[in-house]
Amino acid sequence: MTVAVIGASMTQFGQRDVWIQELLSQAGERCLEDADVAPDDVDHLYVSNMASGEFEGQTGIMNALAHDLGVMPAYSERVDQTSSSGGAGIYEAWQSIASGASEMTLLVGGEKMTHKTTAEATDVIASITHPAEYKHGVTLPSFAGLTARHYLERYDAPRESLARVAVKNHKNGVNNPHAQFQKEVDMETVLESPIVADPLRLYDFCPITDGSAALMFTTEEKAQELTDDYAIITGIAGATDTHVVHERDDPTVMGGVVESGKQAYEMADVGPDDVDVAELHDMFTILEFLQMEGLDFAEQGEAWQVVQNGETEMDGRLPVNTSGGLKSKGHPLGASGVAQGYEIYKQVVGEAGDRQVDAETGLACNVGGFGNCVITTIMEAGQ
Amino acid sequence: MSFDAHRCPNGHVTYPGHTLCPECGEKQTETIDLADRTAEVVTWTTSMATPPGVREPNTLAIVEFDVDGQSVRAIGQVTTDDVETGDDVEPVYAEELREPGEGIKEPESQDWDGYRFQPTQ
Repeated sequence: MTVAVIGASMTQFGQRDVWIQELLSQAGERCLEDADVAPDDVDHLYVSNMASGEFEGQTGIMNALAHDLGVMPAYSERVDQTSSSGGAGIYEAWQSIASGASEMTLLVGGEKMTHKTTAEATDVIASITHPAEYKHGVTLPSFAGLTARHYLERYDAPRESLARVAVKNHKNGVNNPHAQFQKEVDMETVLESPIVADPLRLYDFCPITDGSAALMFTTEEKAQELTDDYAIITGIAGATDTHVVHERDDPTVMGGVVESGKQAYEMADVGPDDVDVAELHDMFTILEFLQMEGLDFAEQGEAWQVVQNGETEMDGRLPVNTSGGLKSKGHPLGASGVAQGYEIYKQVVGEAGDRQVDAETGLACNVGGFGNCVITTIMEAGQ
Repeated sequence: MSFDAHRCPNGHVTYPGHTLCPECGEKQTETIDLADRTAEVVTWTTSMATPPGVREPNTLAIVEFDVDGQSVRAIGQVTTDDVETGDDVEPVYAEELREPGEGIKEPESQDWDGYRFQPTQ
């Protein structure tokens, strides 16, 4: 069964004064409205969220949301795959429609984080690491620092090339009314910002964010009955890499990106040259290079040159992170993969407003942990 | 305490150990103590924003041991911030790498002692 996306919503990303249940409800309600679907028509409800229990003490949020939106007795489930919970939610939603188990599936992703200090939020996220890593105080930002140094030294890439990612994504975020930062930054600001994990600095990292996003899925047949503008999920796959990051053969290769990308391309019967727009998981600037290489948008060790050449700018051959990326849009863990889907959906149906690029085929790569779990999704405009 | 890497009957070695060898799926049956060996720094970072109970700044390195011709990597704190890629380091035991109970994990759920890496020159 071909799976279509017929509606999408996202809330303001940033520091929000509502808690997880309300955040999820806001995105869910708006998505029902956007898709013009009645709550009674929802068969499955998935909630992408990494850590509402750890952040807020609230568990069972799929049930809470089902009740608040009045979608009972729909099947409901919370999807946790750390930072790729949103992508995993897209995969679950796709499976529910493709298998025939559901005819109408609502996916809502969200996270409430900003009430914690940076140190506390970093620790919640660092708890995904192996005990042998955690006891040394290893954090996700420190993995980024370790990998960035290795990449720059091995490929003789200039430090400025990483800063270019931050500058580009902040520039794109200016046109995203939902982004946490709608503000440009210049190279000097990035390169002189405080060191977080040497050689990476503050502007190489995404912020801590509250926010939510939602997508509505149905069969292509049903989509054609309901709307003229819909997207098709033509390729989707997930893959897992090692839990212990240093056990990977090559620190600059994210196996989950490579494998999920390969499978998604095969399923969609497209290649990297066919992709018109991509949302990559730029939790750290270095990740944009690693995903570009893992998805064959660039040769290994050469993504930095592609970025330096401007090929991933809005007017380049492959615009990357037209939404502003996690870097400027923000990264509410469970919402991020859904928000990537929101952007690609908007781009392929031609509703991306000031961010619109010429796109019929879009790709989203949602990365959990430090490449530990990855979902790659390819969407195309419906006919 | 020892600094144990784990080996399966097919000779694959990992640090830390796993229930089944990630390479071939056999049970890991043997340990190799890395405590008295030297390793080479593959990459390093100094983390300035550390979680509760972790020293700040926290210099960390991924290092590579040579175990009978096979490379085995480990990650850990470095005893100094004066370190470079390619440096030789030796493991130095520390009773408490971070303060148990300060972070989100239950203090009893894991060990907190281990080995830092100290440059040999």
